[in-house]
Amino acid sequence: MIKRAVAKDAEELTVKPVKRKPFSWDKASAILVLVPSLAALGIFVYGFIAWTGYLSLTNWNSYIPNLSFAGLKNYVAVFETFRFQSDIRNLVVFTALFVLGCLALGLFLAVLIDQKIRFESLFRSIFIFPMAISFVATGVIWSWVLNPQTGVNLILRALGDKHPPNWFLSTAIDPSITVGLIQLGIPLALVAVTVAAIWQMSGFAMAIYLAGLRAIPEEIKEAARIDGAGSWRLFWSVIFPQLKSSTVTAVIILSAASLKVFGLIYAMTGPGQDFTTDMPTLNMFETTFQGSQFAEGAAIATILFLIMAAFSIPYLISVLRKEEGA
Amino acid sequence: MAVRRLNRSLLYLLLTIFAVLYLMPVYVVAVTSLKSGAAINLSQMWDLPRHISFSSLATAWQKLGPNFMNSVYLTIPATVISSLIGAMNGYALAKWRFKGSNTVFFIILLGMFIPYQAVLIPVLRVLDILHLYGSIPGLILVNVVYGIPITTLIFRNFYAAIPDEMIEAGKIDGAGYWGIFRYIVLPLSASGFVVTGIWQFTQIWNNFLFAVSVTNPPHQPVTVAVVNIAGSQTIQWNVQMASALMASIPTLVVYIFLGKYFVRGLLAGSVKG
Repeated sequence: MIKRAVAKDAEELTVKPVKRKPFSWDKASAILVLVPSLAALGIFVYGFIAWTGYLSLTNWNSYIPNLSFAGLKNYVAVFETFRFQSDIRNLVVFTALFVLGCLALGLFLAVLIDQKIRFESLFRSIFIFPMAISFVATGVIWSWVLNPQTGVNLILRALGDKHPPNWFLSTAIDPSITVGLIQLGIPLALVAVTVAAIWQMSGFAMAIYLAGLRAIPEEIKEAARIDGAGSWRLFWSVIFPQLKSSTVTAVIILSAASLKVFGLIYAMTGPGQDFTTDMPTLNMFETTFQGSQFAEGAAIATILFLIMAAFSIPYLISVLRKEEGA
Repeated sequence: MAVRRLNRSLLYLLLTIFAVLYLMPVYVVAVTSLKSGAAINLSQMWDLPRHISFSSLATAWQKLGPNFMNSVYLTIPATVISSLIGAMNGYALAKWRFKGSNTVFFIILLGMFIPYQAVLIPVLRVLDILHLYGSIPGLILVNVVYGIPITTLIFRNFYAAIPDEMIEAGKIDGAGYWGIFRYIVLPLSASGFVVTGIWQFTQIWNNFLFAVSVTNPPHQPVTVAVVNIAGSQTIQWNVQMASALMASIPTLVVYIFLGKYFVRGLLAGSVKG
């Protein structure tokens, strides 16, 4: 490391004469402070991801470790299962519904709250408090609220709905187009899970949007208000474009949350009938620790990591670049 | 003016409707866990309990109490340690920028996004080698390490708001790296520690994946106990709701009293540019 840094400095010297800063213990301290964290994360994040990637290429699919090379066999095997194909469908459907639901609700509530209302902090607190609860507790609570025999169905029945939905116990998939082994469409059971997830996380989108709205100069918002706060076009053409970076941030963070969703599903439905509420995270956990298919579990884990890397790395780089430019 | 007043009424009406919707699960949990087992009737789920009974809460505490204490022993040290590490890292990254410090920050931050399944098999293997598998210290270690990215991020953003002039003034007075940290930065860090501490407390208390993978029955945290209680066929809804309520109380209390700082952590943790 040091050698390379010196070499680089020498290179720069030949291009343009730069005054080399004298060695400073203070700067060195800053680097030394970071070393233990970098080492820990180097092992626990980067090393372990590489380790998992390596395991995904082995034949370790029983209780006894077998580290012989298997090539991409585990990936092929995973993709060929009904369960993993269902997972991919579920992940796409869940992410779309969850992210859009949180954004729409979050933006709506943020705009309401930004109207100089009374009891602002009370309303804000109410919309954000589910974020303080564990996904597990949310799952248990909503499995009671959406219990088909009782819960909201009692209200729906009282309102005259003779056949209220079976919620997370339903096996219906709409529109149900057969692709590969599975039915493509929106599983109703997954919608029930999404409702609970949106309840939990929409406050996050609201907080992001509210912070974004507060950063918009007061004159612009005042102009919008004078034209009637409800002025639809003015909002979409003037205010909303100003919220672009809030939207990007919210989409990235919520997508990451959706990719990682685990406790909620584990507590609320498990994999569900015909894997209608299964997710790659849950599949990985059960394949590895209940099925002892370590290599296949590692393959699912690696796929999860690659999906995450595909959107979070470009995002982080752009955020840090923007910061450097500022 | 009349239109404006109507708009205002509509505004409050909408806000109230949504507030009621968001609080509806709380109502359900409260009324269900205050009913006794005998009074649990599916068709009267929305009704207030006729007689307030604490028997569900007592039963839940009996089953959940030890796990609740496990969570306390886990969360407090893990929160304190990871906040301290975050403060040191954040200070180094915000106030002593060096060549490559942004790269270092990136390497640290990425750890925040990873799905923990991607490291789970090695984590269990390594904890096993260290003889920490199945224990609370093992779970503390895991939560501290994977907490470094977020605590570093929060403190880096927090310290970035301290004017560089103050650091320069410290240097002129002859203070070095640690002197400036000790006498200038640390005294200004109280609210940074509150934000980070609350955030980590909530995250670690609520964590489930590591809790269920790393610990065995006597050492399991409260989140695992809640799932076990809910998964048991013989346990009634009132006890399930009471246990979900109990597991949520510590983080809710923190939120109710220090919600402002919780939201700050929420926003700081969202890596905005």
